[in-house]
Amino acid sequence: MEKIDQEIKNKIQDELLATVGKRYRQETFWVIFLSIICIGGTVAWIFQLKKGLGVTAMRDYVSWGLYISLLFFFVGISLIGALVSCVLRLSGAKWRYPLIRIAEAVTLSAIFFAGFMPVLDMGRPERLYYLITHGRIQSPILWDVMAIATYFFGSVIYFYLPLIPDLATMRDKLTDAPKWRRTLWKWLAMNWTDSLIQRKLLKKGMFILCIVILPVAISVHTISAWLIAFTLRPGWNSTIMGPYFVFGALMAGAAIMILIIAKLRIGYRLEKYLTAVHFNHLGKILLALTAFYLYLNINKYGVPAYKMAKDEKPVLEDLFFGNNSILFWFTQIVGIVIPIIILSIKKLRNTIRWVVTSSILVLLGALINRYLIVVPSMLHPFVPIRHAQPGFATYYPTLTEWTITASSLAGFLLLTILLFKPFPVITIWEVTEELEKQGEKPIGVENILTTQNSAYHAS
Amino acid sequence: MTTQNKDNNRRNFLKSSATAIATGLVGGSIINSFVSCKDKNKTEGEKMNVLTHDGKLVAIDKSQMANFKPHISDEDVRKGIPGKKFVMVIDLAKCDGCGKCTKACNKMHYLPTNKAWLSVVDMQDSSETAPYYFPKPCMHCDNPPCTKVCPVGATFKREDGIVAIDNTRCVGCRFCMAACPYSVRLFNWLEPEKPNIVETTPAAEHVFQSKKGCVEKCDFCPHMAREGKLPACVTGCPMNAIWFGDANEDAVTCYDGTTTKLSQLLQDGAAYRFMEELGTEPSVYYLPPTNRSYDAKEIKIENAE
Repeated sequence: MEKIDQEIKNKIQDELLATVGKRYRQETFWVIFLSIICIGGTVAWIFQLKKGLGVTAMRDYVSWGLYISLLFFFVGISLIGALVSCVLRLSGAKWRYPLIRIAEAVTLSAIFFAGFMPVLDMGRPERLYYLITHGRIQSPILWDVMAIATYFFGSVIYFYLPLIPDLATMRDKLTDAPKWRRTLWKWLAMNWTDSLIQRKLLKKGMFILCIVILPVAISVHTISAWLIAFTLRPGWNSTIMGPYFVFGALMAGAAIMILIIAKLRIGYRLEKYLTAVHFNHLGKILLALTAFYLYLNINKYGVPAYKMAKDEKPVLEDLFFGNNSILFWFTQIVGIVIPIIILSIKKLRNTIRWVVTSSILVLLGALINRYLIVVPSMLHPFVPIRHAQPGFATYYPTLTEWTITASSLAGFLLLTILLFKPFPVITIWEVTEELEKQGEKPIGVENILTTQNSAYHAS
Repeated sequence: MTTQNKDNNRRNFLKSSATAIATGLVGGSIINSFVSCKDKNKTEGEKMNVLTHDGKLVAIDKSQMANFKPHISDEDVRKGIPGKKFVMVIDLAKCDGCGKCTKACNKMHYLPTNKAWLSVVDMQDSSETAPYYFPKPCMHCDNPPCTKVCPVGATFKREDGIVAIDNTRCVGCRFCMAACPYSVRLFNWLEPEKPNIVETTPAAEHVFQSKKGCVEKCDFCPHMAREGKLPACVTGCPMNAIWFGDANEDAVTCYDGTTTKLSQLLQDGAAYRFMEELGTEPSVYYLPPTNRSYDAKEIKIENAE
């Protein structure tokens, strides 16, 4: 095993540590912009708390709307951490190393908001603690609460463990940082000296966590799917919901991962670490997941459409030809089929721009698809809607509702950015460690060595 | 009667209860004996027979009797009325869609006109079959999908068959609304208008159940059932289309007071339950709309909105 030069190692450390505490103009703009949206959303929420949920467009028929759709979306995105940290790890993909911390940050932020959305949707959020004092374990909501909480704490640990060696590096290298920060780093690094036994223990811990968190991650999304699959409603009363949600989630997670690293590599000047190789690999994963999702969609909509049972018929007709048909065909064609075509062409898959384009389409489709899972089924109950009051038999979200929804998405992005801020976004020690073992399997950042020290390869 | 007197009454009642608990025979009244406020309601003469706890029959002046409502605890409300199993039978052949049941129900529960716990739906199963009116109360299922999913036990199934809601417990997640295949549950999206009444029972048996951010629905009028009375919709239906009663007694009663055998009524009328295929085991039976007492052609099926 060759050792890379200490010089290169230092350079990598310096480059990756450069983002810590540094202010970027574009980033500052985004933080301010997203904060303004969040403030707007908070005002809207206070208004909603005062007046009641009547300020939304939800009524007795459509009793779940945008908030619950967004809950499913956030739970979905949160699966990316499990995909990168567990699935890629177990499949031995070395190129995942620069992505791990980014994926965990996205996961943490998404699962936090996934836990927050139901609170926004509650009629009496002040009674939230009843879930503990009067909780009924038979209710899937309790399962969801427990799964989300477990996954959240698991993700916090998974975010923290690989951070320890980097915190030690920060403690040792960034000596001109404010004192409280250095104290905090020192405290969080827990006496990390980079000894062999420490590394061994850390790796063991990460491996155990990787195995444990996978079923938790899958359960989070499956239970969210069960919230609707456990009802007798047309369109929801289906056994496919669990896998449908899990794979839709992995797909949306992969798409948002691509978008975020595309933004970070330019914004934080990490082109050397987040390379075309990563986009290519993630593009392939996205292609596989999107193709599988298309297959699941054909099953989910095609099978009942062939039978056209009495109760399913109005829901399916609404999706295929009715008011929601534009959205439905958009998610199927623009959100799934076109990305599959783009990503199948090797030439396009190898260009970052096309991978990013297809990710945007997939993510947009996934977001709309969550809405299409929730609302049309509520609009077509078993008992036909008659003499409905104005606004009861339709669902057009109000401004308040849009504001709160938008600010939840903004809050998710803001929290993600804030999680990137105090630490290097790329795990330094894992990248350098893998570079040392270079030659076994590429991790996508080899050209650091060639560009920075051409003499290295020659020697 | 002043409050102090009332307190006195109660204290004395508790003291004297060992000697003079009156049950069964007086039903709902107890002896107002050994009480200081004898001067009230001095209409002497009428006597009533009362059974004391040691089995003696005592004749007591009616003025000595106080109206007594038994105290109902939270536990009683969750358990339900002992020994009962409430059922409803709706005769679709008699229902002419006048909507008086809805009005009576709304009056009983202080609901505004835009709400209906019991809505009358115009139904037509297919374009060639005859339309009919379909009064839709809560089905009070024996396998209720709504109570299964409630995260806090705010909606629950009682031993007497009633599916009730405790709006002091409800967190407003609306999972029960999503789970109910009959769409009978309503949500208080805004602050409801409160009537000026004093409720004495725990929340699940309140007459007025609307509370901002909580779910409400038809409750089979348990406060009436406790007094042995019929729900508002039954006494409000001049067509005698709605029957209500106790399956354990095998008896149901309708508007004009006719009491009939439940099993006979179900058998003769070829009764069915709405969407039996879902396995929810409703407590509401329907008699099919054959030989209707109104002109079916007049029903106009209106679509949503």
